[in-house]
Amino acid sequence: MTDIPQTGPLPDGQTDPRPGSLLVTDDRTKRRNRAEARFKAYGIAALAIGMAFLAALLWAILSNGLTAFTQTYVQLDVPLLEEKLDKDGDRDPAKLAKVSTFGYAPLIEQALVEQVEATGVETELAPKALSKVLSGSAAAQLRDRVLANPELIGQTVSVELLASSRVDGYLKGRVSRASLARDKNLDAEHLDLIDAWREAGIVEKRFNWSFITGADASDSRPEQAGIGVAMLGSLFMMLVVLVLSLPIGVAASIYLEEFAPKNRFTDLIEVNISNLAAVPSIVFGILGLAVFIQFMHLPQSAPLVGGLVLTLMTLPTIIISTRASLKAVPPSIRDAALGVGASKMQAVMHHVLPLAMPGILTGTILGLAQALGETAPLLLIGMVGYIATNYPEGVAEGFLSPNSAMPAQIYEWAKRADPAFYERAWGGIIVLLVFLLAMNLIAVLLRRRFERRW
Amino acid sequence: MNDMRTMDNTVLNETKITARDVHVHYGTTHAIKGVDVDIADRTVTAFIGPSGCGKSTFLRCLNRMNDTIPGAVVTGKIKIDEADIYDSRVDPVQLRAKVGMVFQKPNPFPKSIYDNVAYGPKIHGLAKNKAELDEIVEKALRRGAIWDEVKDRLHAPGTGLSGGQQQRLCIARAVATEPEVLLMDEPCSALDPIATAQVEELIDELRQNFSVVIVTHSMQQAARVSQRTAFFHLGNLVEYGETGKIFTNPEDSRTESYISGRIG
Repeated sequence: MTDIPQTGPLPDGQTDPRPGSLLVTDDRTKRRNRAEARFKAYGIAALAIGMAFLAALLWAILSNGLTAFTQTYVQLDVPLLEEKLDKDGDRDPAKLAKVSTFGYAPLIEQALVEQVEATGVETELAPKALSKVLSGSAAAQLRDRVLANPELIGQTVSVELLASSRVDGYLKGRVSRASLARDKNLDAEHLDLIDAWREAGIVEKRFNWSFITGADASDSRPEQAGIGVAMLGSLFMMLVVLVLSLPIGVAASIYLEEFAPKNRFTDLIEVNISNLAAVPSIVFGILGLAVFIQFMHLPQSAPLVGGLVLTLMTLPTIIISTRASLKAVPPSIRDAALGVGASKMQAVMHHVLPLAMPGILTGTILGLAQALGETAPLLLIGMVGYIATNYPEGVAEGFLSPNSAMPAQIYEWAKRADPAFYERAWGGIIVLLVFLLAMNLIAVLLRRRFERRW
Repeated sequence: MNDMRTMDNTVLNETKITARDVHVHYGTTHAIKGVDVDIADRTVTAFIGPSGCGKSTFLRCLNRMNDTIPGAVVTGKIKIDEADIYDSRVDPVQLRAKVGMVFQKPNPFPKSIYDNVAYGPKIHGLAKNKAELDEIVEKALRRGAIWDEVKDRLHAPGTGLSGGQQQRLCIARAVATEPEVLLMDEPCSALDPIATAQVEELIDELRQNFSVVIVTHSMQQAARVSQRTAFFHLGNLVEYGETGKIFTNPEDSRTESYISGRIG
């Protein structure tokens, strides 16, 4: 190594590194470092863009949908006059049931009038117009309560009745005085009344349990609409998918992986399974229509049919993930089992399958989560247009009676004209996302918990 | 060759396994070329030879493990106790209960120690009730020289033991089904010297009940544990005889080259 001369005397204590020493980075190294720093920056930028989109999505969903979870209620003291509800005074349930909602409407009007006087608000609204403040279902609500508790007749009960969706919109900022100019349901005077009552604490927003548990409602009553029945429809469908696709998928996978001879025919099968995983979901819908509804005459719009269609969709996913899990089990375990005298089937069932189970479960849960959010296949078997207004009576009913599913319900609501439904569509999206998040979380936890044990 | 100690007793026992004209092809590769060998009962037979000479392949023929390798074709006659094991009437599963195997890398099942040893007897129906199964497990663990170390933690996972203990557990698992032949494919190559010594001692005890065939890379090990040695080279069985003779006075020049370290 040649000595490179110093360029002059150095002050004490300083050591100037000589060119060529390790302490000086040469040009090639500098260029490479810069290139690597650039690459890292691209990666971080890509990540930041992704996170920004995610943040925007979350913000949009939450800001639009969270309001669906609160609903406006009006507090009233309704006198349950015996002469109107139970003329004979014997509290006979059959006779009580004969009094329709028309019988309850005057009672509610009277209560409204009394409430107006009690709060001292000056208004020119007639009692009939006053009742426009409440939801069309208010009378039915009251009737249900009385039929459940007949002993209340004769007393004055304090109830919280659902306000109409316009009032709800006003409190949530959807409806303004200007937009009411052509509305036939509410006037500016109604709004004055509502303002006064809001200050008095009679009108307020509550947490809306019935959104989560309730049934869908007709076009004119968005305040009543809930996603509960659609949730049940989705639940029954997921049950069908789980019960059918897990055993079939795992069995097919085990056969293909362990027992099938390796020839061209099985190669063809494997290629086709991978392709099936990529087929657009609406194709499965058409298949379901042709096979399950037209050929097998299963009931239309039933969760059973929806579950069958989604099973077809989920099977390739489960087969692929099961095969990957089986492949990941080291061959030494199989050899050890065979060496002890186990048959191939015993080796697979007793040793390989338990070790592959965590991977299989993860794949299944992810497949289910995917199926939960599918709408297109349900379109053609009738679950999208269906309005789910009734809870199914029992388990068999749950599978066979027509129902809707959560994503289908969301689409339905988004289609309707009333902006209150639009808000509910966002709320439905939140509920759906909560389910999906929970399922993915369970899959991740399972994967962590059961990591390599060999 | 100073530190090679050879076994003194050279008792002649009856033949347990006879192999005649065995050929093995892996696809187009001709791995075993016409091997004839007689393996005696209650003796330790060592297969030695350089890497890739086919000793592990031939070992795997003896319990038909080559059946699990796609593309492997075995021809020739291999008889255990006068029954050709490649006969179509023989079920490989039943054969493997009679011919146990211990692999190079210890591979206990990811189950408890008890379950590891009990698995073989259970699937072959060797125990009628739990008490009998317990007895079989204990006997096997004692045979594997590991009973004292694990008798208090039979339900601990088998994978939690040290390397040497795991291999002894695998040996215990292999002897639990009361096989007649024990095949060992380089059982000590993954172990440290102390564990190796324990396993070698164990092999010496095992030969009182079983016929043991051991494949080993270490000539010293073959000299220490075996009574008969077979030298393989490029798929051929070059020489087969008493261990003492092979290591001190081999007949074939290839054997001599291998032993003195010129080849392999």
